[in-house]
Amino acid sequence: MSVDLATVKRVARLARIAVSEEEAQRMMGELNGILGFVEQLSQVNVDGVEPMTSVTPMKMKKREDIVADGDKASDIVANAPNSDRNFFLVPKVVE
Amino acid sequence: MTDLTSLTIAEARTKLAAKEITAVELTDAYLSAIEAANEMINAYVAVTPEKAREMAKASDARITAGNAGPLEGIPLGIKDLFGTEGIHTQACSHILDGFKPRYESTVTQNLWNDGAVMLGKLNMDEFAMGSSNETSYYGPVKNPWRAKGSNLDLVPGGSSGGSAAAVAAHLCAGATATDTGGSIRQPAAFTGTVGIKPTYGRCSRWGIVAFASSLDQAGPIARDVHDAAILLKSMASVDPKDTTSVDLPVPDYEAAIGQSIKGMRIGIPKEYRVDGMPEEIEALWQQGVAWLKDAGAEIVDISLPHTKYALPAYYIVAPAEASSNLARYDGVRYGLRVDGKDIIDMYEKTRAAGFGQEVKRRIMIGTYVLSAGYYDAYYLRAQKVRTLIKRDFELAFQAGVDAILTPATPSSAFGIADEDLASDPVKMYLNDIFTVTVNMAGLPGIAVPGGLDHKGLPLGLQLIGKPFDEETLFKTAHVIEQAAGRFTPSKWW
Repeated sequence: MSVDLATVKRVARLARIAVSEEEAQRMMGELNGILGFVEQLSQVNVDGVEPMTSVTPMKMKKREDIVADGDKASDIVANAPNSDRNFFLVPKVVE
Repeated sequence: MTDLTSLTIAEARTKLAAKEITAVELTDAYLSAIEAANEMINAYVAVTPEKAREMAKASDARITAGNAGPLEGIPLGIKDLFGTEGIHTQACSHILDGFKPRYESTVTQNLWNDGAVMLGKLNMDEFAMGSSNETSYYGPVKNPWRAKGSNLDLVPGGSSGGSAAAVAAHLCAGATATDTGGSIRQPAAFTGTVGIKPTYGRCSRWGIVAFASSLDQAGPIARDVHDAAILLKSMASVDPKDTTSVDLPVPDYEAAIGQSIKGMRIGIPKEYRVDGMPEEIEALWQQGVAWLKDAGAEIVDISLPHTKYALPAYYIVAPAEASSNLARYDGVRYGLRVDGKDIIDMYEKTRAAGFGQEVKRRIMIGTYVLSAGYYDAYYLRAQKVRTLIKRDFELAFQAGVDAILTPATPSSAFGIADEDLASDPVKMYLNDIFTVTVNMAGLPGIAVPGGLDHKGLPLGLQLIGKPFDEETLFKTAHVIEQAAGRFTPSKWW
């Protein structure tokens, strides 16, 4: 499978990365190179093989459903580019 | 004073305990070495001299009071991927500009609890994506090694290139690193140092910037096998904050050093003999076999038939997980923001400006293989292939193999800005051909220097072990180290 320019632009949009026409052209070549490389996986017979979900067999850890952490609003917004009274500020999203 | 930097961790520990040297003296020696060398090597992206001296002073007080920890007063470098409270933590990316976490990663906290001293944060490939440390926003790291009679700057490997270079150039006593596809073992091999990626789940991933969560694992890079064992003992822990951290006690890895490997069965996988592999790598591998045989191990030929599919499967699984993990960099919660005409425009401009080319490439691949209509053909198939890769190893271990010996990399260190590699991302990816299988199967792997090539550059051997059997790797790597010797670059910086 290979990608065309329109697909590259669509994927960039999905990934929320702005790309120029020139970058999209370059990425198309690179992505097709990588997709060509991974194409060899189609040679492997995977009939009846379970997809890996956990690399080491382990039980999901559970803990008591209690509040163990929190009350750190000012820590959480401390690194925000723009915040006000412990809220993140973003451009207007609702008219 | 600078000769203090030539001490291994084990040696420094003895001298500190005997009060022959102080932690402050040792730390000052490293800080001077960093000041003199870093402009040329570029291993550190942030040096923390005040914090280091303060920690060293506290170490001296604890030594005097008789309650020294296992790493008391040992100065370490920390890869920029580890969250360090109040200190530069950017995964060497522009998008995390100015980020100073309000928390400490579990691995680094374990080190400080054991008395270690932080010298600063180490350079790396951006978000740990790369094999040459050239994708860092802070510029490439120079390998302390140069080819005989050459002034050409070489890469230290990646992504833990700053960690490996700092250890090789004696700019820290040891360093933390992380390994998603070979990022500890390949740079260790390129710099004549020892690097171990433990079993998935051995070190907590809490507080480490995530790349590919099912593959990422922290480990140390050190000057020798003994030091690597000392560091891993402190880094590893059972952590309730990481659900993939295993509930197994951390063994005393140091106790494995010097144990006999007599009667052990070492597997040699024929699939690691790849086309176009330099003869020197094959010769090194055979040398490794001979050393282990001489030490009384039994050598058995094994087959790991799905080896060649590990790298292509990795380049689906890792980018897919990365595209999801890196979605959090949106210009809202931390780091860089580039304003736009609306919120989507802000996201897109921020991410376009903040991520480097390699990171964008992997996010794009990941987004594509996870997108509607392609998930089964790519991601699901890759996860099935991963099951087969793991099964190959399980069968070999079930047949009685204790550890597997392979080369660590298909070549020695290459030049910075190598045109051939720059023009073809897949060629760069092939650097991880021998290491990536280990991450796909979640196994432990250690890289240990085996010798120098005809250019005088270090080459490494890799040992792969059973899950949570790091002790066998330390024991066997130590046998190789005893036979091969240790390798130090001649100082040009």
